[in-house]
Amino acid sequence: MQLDIRLPIGLMFAVLGALLLVFGLIGDKSGFQRSLGINVNLWWGLVMLVFGVVMFLLGRRGTATARLTEESPEGKKIEEMEHRTGLEK
Amino acid sequence: MRRIHRVKSVPLEELKPVKLTYLDWSIMLVYFVFVLGIGVALKRYMKSSTDFFLSGRSLPAWITGLAFISANLGAQEVIGMGASGAKYGIATSHFYWIGAIPAMAFVGVFMMPFYYGSRARSVPEYLKLRFDEKTRGFNAISFAVMTVLSSGISLYAMGLLLEALLGWNFTVSITIAAAVVLVYVFLGGLTSAIYNEVLQFFLIVFGFAPLVFLGLKDAGGWTGLQARLATVATESGFASGAWTESWSHMGSPGSNPMGIEWFGLAMGLGFVLSFGYWCTDFLVVQRAMAAKSMSAARRTPLIAAVPKMFFPFLVILPGMIAIALTYKSGSSGFMLPKKPDGTFEYNMAIPLMLGHYFPTGMLGVGLTALMASFMSGMAGNVTAFNTVWTYDIYQSYINRGASDQHYLWMGRMATIFGILISVAAAYVATRFNNIMDMLQLVFAFVNAPLLATFLLGMFWKRTTGHGAFIGLLAGTIAAAIHQGLTLPVGAHAGVKGGWFGAIHIYPSELAQAFWTAIFAWTACFVVTILVSLATRPRDEKELVGLVYSLTERPKEDRLPWYQRPAVLAVIVLLAAIVLNIIFW
Repeated sequence: MQLDIRLPIGLMFAVLGALLLVFGLIGDKSGFQRSLGINVNLWWGLVMLVFGVVMFLLGRRGTATARLTEESPEGKKIEEMEHRTGLEK
Repeated sequence: MRRIHRVKSVPLEELKPVKLTYLDWSIMLVYFVFVLGIGVALKRYMKSSTDFFLSGRSLPAWITGLAFISANLGAQEVIGMGASGAKYGIATSHFYWIGAIPAMAFVGVFMMPFYYGSRARSVPEYLKLRFDEKTRGFNAISFAVMTVLSSGISLYAMGLLLEALLGWNFTVSITIAAAVVLVYVFLGGLTSAIYNEVLQFFLIVFGFAPLVFLGLKDAGGWTGLQARLATVATESGFASGAWTESWSHMGSPGSNPMGIEWFGLAMGLGFVLSFGYWCTDFLVVQRAMAAKSMSAARRTPLIAAVPKMFFPFLVILPGMIAIALTYKSGSSGFMLPKKPDGTFEYNMAIPLMLGHYFPTGMLGVGLTALMASFMSGMAGNVTAFNTVWTYDIYQSYINRGASDQHYLWMGRMATIFGILISVAAAYVATRFNNIMDMLQLVFAFVNAPLLATFLLGMFWKRTTGHGAFIGLLAGTIAAAIHQGLTLPVGAHAGVKGGWFGAIHIYPSELAQAFWTAIFAWTACFVVTILVSLATRPRDEKELVGLVYSLTERPKEDRLPWYQRPAVLAVIVLLAAIVLNIIFW
């Protein structure tokens, strides 16, 4: 089984979301003047964390992967064409 | 039209660089680790050249679909569309709702069967199958040169931007960005580029969405924004709705900030430029070619059309908010700075808003998203370049019939020298800005007529190779002559045109560009038909699978309705019409 793309995406957003969430909870609050008094780190971190976890769980089912040319029917047809037309050995 | 704004604002040089903390740095680091990690993880799966250049033709449609728009999300998109949002208002959405969606629906339903079904491995290779060697050569060489230099231009733009915003060293930032793209494309080929494009797509959405929310809140919601933009419009000498209504002011070039009327817009942008890009540019078509089946390839641009349609809210709206707050300040005092000549620094609209509204943490995410947009655009160019170089130039003219492993190796080498040339081009751009403007102009001349060649080639079996080649040359020359005889208002003869003496003055650069495209397309269309009629047609048997009337329609009656390209195309077109009406 190859790499399902949702695994790295899910993992990355979960890590980033968790980072933001934690710093939204315990970090310095004075910076939130800039964001009009809203704790964007907390709220958006939570959204990113949830998105990341959902992607990761979907990825565990593992259907969205690239396959090797020799394993995919369409890839094989390209190889055949290349050999037939003498483009490669 | 260049207006000197009376509104007070700070000069750009006086802005202090945005300060980052260790939290922002860690977020960027996490991103780099994942991007490179994907490349490393995919290295094992690059066994043949088809794996490297076409992802083994094995990807599901939603992945290729998201990569399809992400590859197009270069510097032009985020920075350029934000700038245009400030300059032209909601009318910028024409670049999406008529300048992308119809063309994306068309390429999916009508053209993909030939690209995918012919087993061509690139767009130039399709031209070889359909026409002849010289047409392919012309397209392959001009495309290869163009993609490498465009990736250099976007590197240059990124370096300048990070320098202005964060005070980063130009050389350091472009070297890091180029090195990261190099590593992940070198290792994992097109699959790696596509995986990262999908990741970057989500990052761009997550990085910019809170900006729109905060900006809108500061401007008093949509109604508050409308009121402020009415001030912008009237102070710039237009009707009050000129920034918030996309079609109402398109009656004449003088009544809207874009300086174009509806006909030039619909024909130039909506037809020639948009169809020319989305239907013939290998950068995007390559993503669809990597799909695992014909129906997945056809769905690729249609799936891409859905997020594409909503991108104006992510990239244009911030620009509109920026200009609105500059004229009528909000509670947080955001303003667009001015350049020394008194015009606004439109290109900094989105980056400066990131720095203004985002606290540390979210700022890291926003900046990472900004870098991601540059890197996905660059990787798109690099993968398109290494494929066209290896298949259409190296394998066709330099070394035919070598082993598959040799071509895989050549693809990796092409990735390296493609990126080295891009970096060199970025440095050249710092010294000679005009050279880059000149190059982009030449690209526009070469690109504009291509659409006519493809339309005739795919839908008229009588079109011949000689017709296509001479038509392309004629279109390119027509574009150069048109540009040489016209000028946008207020410009002098030179890069902007008019080198044969200006016999017509356009109200804006956009209007001139749109009309250049219309002339080029028409010349190519007419000349291709005339020459084709005068030359010997190809045997119809050779054209099966390459021309509409001689090819069996792909069957889709076994698919559920939501997987049928025609049904999806109707849905996205209707949605685009609704959006046009809402913001009429």
